[in-house]
Amino acid sequence: MPMLEIKNLHVTVDGKQILNGLDLTVNKGEVHAIMGPNGSGKSTLSYVMAGKAGYEPTEGEVLLDGENILGIDPDERAAKGLFLAFQYPLEIPGVATMTFLRTALNSQRKKRGQAELSTPDFLKLVRKAAGKLEIDMEMLRRGVNVGFSGGEKKRNEILQMALLQPRLCVLDETDSGLDIDALKIVSDGVNRLRSPDRAMVVITHYQRLLDHIVPDVVHVLSKGRIVKSGGKELAHELEASGYAQFQEDAA
Amino acid sequence: MNIEVRSMKNAAELALAEVFASAKATLPGNGAVAALREAAFRRFEVEGLPHRRIEQWKYTDLRAMLGEAKPLASAPGATAKTQARDAGALLADMGARRLVFADGAFVPELSDVTALEAGLTIRSMAEALAAGDPLVAAHLGKVVDGDGVVALNTALMGDGAMIHVAAGATVERPIHLVFFAGDDRPASLFTRSLVVIEKGARVMLVESHEGGTEHQINTVLEFVVGDDAHVDHVKLTGGGSGVVHVSSLMASIGAHARFNAFTFNTSAAVVRNQLFLRFDGEGTVAGIRGASLLKGKQHADTTVVVDHVARGCLSREMFKMVLDESSRGVFQGKITVRQKAQKTDARMMTQALLLSDECEADHKPELEIFADDVQCGHGATTGALDDDLKFYLMARGIPRKEAEALLVQAFVGEAIEGIEHAGLRDALMDSVVAWLRARAG
Repeated sequence: MPMLEIKNLHVTVDGKQILNGLDLTVNKGEVHAIMGPNGSGKSTLSYVMAGKAGYEPTEGEVLLDGENILGIDPDERAAKGLFLAFQYPLEIPGVATMTFLRTALNSQRKKRGQAELSTPDFLKLVRKAAGKLEIDMEMLRRGVNVGFSGGEKKRNEILQMALLQPRLCVLDETDSGLDIDALKIVSDGVNRLRSPDRAMVVITHYQRLLDHIVPDVVHVLSKGRIVKSGGKELAHELEASGYAQFQEDAA
Repeated sequence: MNIEVRSMKNAAELALAEVFASAKATLPGNGAVAALREAAFRRFEVEGLPHRRIEQWKYTDLRAMLGEAKPLASAPGATAKTQARDAGALLADMGARRLVFADGAFVPELSDVTALEAGLTIRSMAEALAAGDPLVAAHLGKVVDGDGVVALNTALMGDGAMIHVAAGATVERPIHLVFFAGDDRPASLFTRSLVVIEKGARVMLVESHEGGTEHQINTVLEFVVGDDAHVDHVKLTGGGSGVVHVSSLMASIGAHARFNAFTFNTSAAVVRNQLFLRFDGEGTVAGIRGASLLKGKQHADTTVVVDHVARGCLSREMFKMVLDESSRGVFQGKITVRQKAQKTDARMMTQALLLSDECEADHKPELEIFADDVQCGHGATTGALDDDLKFYLMARGIPRKEAEALLVQAFVGEAIEGIEHAGLRDALMDSVVAWLRARAG
């Protein structure tokens, strides 16, 4: 059974049709890239998978391990192993990052019937994961993403991913706003999480992220549907020729 | 035809007149104190109970809310004293010196008045009034001009704390005034405290108010803060679901002092916290903050009147309201900057978080500025929890109610962070968490 199977997904936002019968199958252990021009529905796909209000599926299914997750609350989806790395991680003043991480981790463990982590075990885990991403522990005592630079916010997303150990990771434009050094740290973080039991959907506008996170399959999204799929060389092709041809095809 | 200017006295006002007439002979203090009571009652008679047509009471129609006046509380019984022993438990870990008042009367056997720090004097107000204490003569009722409810308190004041901190003294242990109303029968309580902090002294005073059924509480605290003094005051207001609690804090503050006040409301039916602060000396820094967490039909009104008389003082106000069900939160803040108070830096922020469709928040900021070289600002916001933030938390596996709780804690925490005492900050955050947990059911 594929880990993720999206069938004929139609989604409207504010009454406007954004996804138009999208099909996508991702097996465990695979990394799929979804590329597409602005307005093709990339972010909508990530939000509808994570369960954001206002992203209304009108037709189709999103199956995680064969189970349709549409209609399930976002926290339940997370507990089932879905993780969305946000394009624009939010700032939450007054909620310390450590509290946030701990609450998230323990909420998921609780839902899965696991015991909560003790404080020393939790700290050890965070210290190790943060170290690899070059995140200063002092930063984690501050409010979630408050005063973080763009790169720090993205690293914080990957830190959460590393701690929560999801089985399906959706990365929404993780490269946006990153300089080349930050891109390397973030990509290395993502690559460390690649495993035969985990799948990833990497959503990006540009090919450069895919030089660092090398995908198994590349899909082109245009006007709310996958219009072409291929190997990693498809990304280079797109870089050279642009998206215009696909936009015309889809029209 | 003559127009009747004074409205008819209502049942509560008539009852209060009777209460005063029959009680004045037995209330503590005679001579000057009796004269003070008499004059105060005359003032109250002229003003009457405040109602919605009085601008400062626009949102809290006390006259209508009281309806009738309850009889004066009698001396506390054994039950009230036993219950009072456990009151103020939220602050148990602070190591504070407890002064316990049951049904408005000082209970020496439950209070800790031994081994007082050097420079600290504590006396019960009833005793101070009866003895004609010179501090009473010098300050009581003279600190800052209040209003009709303060006058009513002056007329009927029974007991409370009288505290003096000598110049230069540092009172290490926080002083905790524990006010507890028993549940025997509804009564009126008029507690009155006076705290005089001399030059360069330092003290932290916490008040907690709990208990009662349909009690009507009118409590007044007067602060005389000397130059270079450092005073922290925190007031926690709870109480039974029928309690009407009116509190007035009056402070005159000297030069180069630090004055921090925090009010925290979680229960009682109606709470009116009014603070009248006057900056008499230059270069003083004040933090005036508070939070109300309300549900059901609770009503909490915080009214802060800050009077910048002297130049170069800095005041910061931050008040947070979390409103659930059909509760109502009110904030009125008035900042006056006198002509001589150049270089004043005064800011006021009031924010309400609406957790239901039925609750109501009212904010009324007022600035009255007579000086030309000042910085004054105010802001008011009202809104629901941010859906995007909630989604972000939920997308990480945090259930909806817990996500909301985290965001509410963050909202209230911004005000609580201003409290200098770490133990007290933690105790208040625990109280916020408990409130949220009760809400989540």
